[in-house]
Amino acid sequence: MEPALLYTMRWIWIDTFTEFESGKKASAVKNVTLAEEHVHDYAPAYPLLPPPLMIEGMAQTAGILVGETRGFRENVILAKIRRAVFDDYGRPGDRLTYTVVLDSIDDTAAMTHGEVFRNGDKIGEVDLIFSHVGQSSAELELPSHNFVFGDTFLDLLKNYRIRVGD
Amino acid sequence: MPATREDVFKQVEEVLVDALGVDEDEVSEDATLQGDLGAESIDFLDIVFRLEKKFSIKIPRGELFPEDIVNNPDYVADGKFTEAGIIRLKEAMPHADFSAFDKAPNVSKMPELFTVRTLTNYIEAKLQAA
Repeated sequence: MEPALLYTMRWIWIDTFTEFESGKKASAVKNVTLAEEHVHDYAPAYPLLPPPLMIEGMAQTAGILVGETRGFRENVILAKIRRAVFDDYGRPGDRLTYTVVLDSIDDTAAMTHGEVFRNGDKIGEVDLIFSHVGQSSAELELPSHNFVFGDTFLDLLKNYRIRVGD
Repeated sequence: MPATREDVFKQVEEVLVDALGVDEDEVSEDATLQGDLGAESIDFLDIVFRLEKKFSIKIPRGELFPEDIVNNPDYVADGKFTEAGIIRLKEAMPHADFSAFDKAPNVSKMPELFTVRTLTNYIEAKLQAA
């Protein structure tokens, strides 16, 4: 019997930040490649990045912006997709850019407005609401650590800041 | 020219259609946000945000949807609003219709105060005060 292939799937749908202004706005890119399994599974014989994964890419871009604004003290949970509109798809070879602006933020929640560009042309908009969930939330049994912002997400921001000398 | 009641209702309707994904014909003045239109707690934040943008107004937290009353033991006992609680609720929600609620002031009935009419009344008063 073949030994089980042990690896951890990396649930990360942006490749790098290209802009990050604390508490205000951020941009991140995602390069779509034919080597990714999921681009083959959404539409037969028409490889593309499934639009829900563009929403997830936007949510990760926006979520890190929201989390960083309050020093990553709380878990930032995607609570509602207020609006998601796409005019086109991301296909292998395309470079997607997610730009996000922080519309509002307080103790309980944050709202963001995002735009999706493909090779520089706008192809969509995604508006999101995030909830702040602290470890003290009485109604939820949460792990004692911040389970949203692990090393993978924090490294994205750290690497961007190293690159731009911030 | 000040907005008419009909103008305000139409724009509140647009907000609810966008925020809750309901059809226009579901949004009557009597419709309750939770029971009839399916609003969940996070939707109330969304509705407030959209109303602020649509009408260019600021809605202080808790002004449209009071938050500090239900959990106050002076105002609620055994699932019912106390006399002081009812007074406080009416102060906090002058834009709501309490005629049905007064007959059975239970906490479980509180969502029925949040109707499309309540929202429209609130926005109308807010615009008049501006």
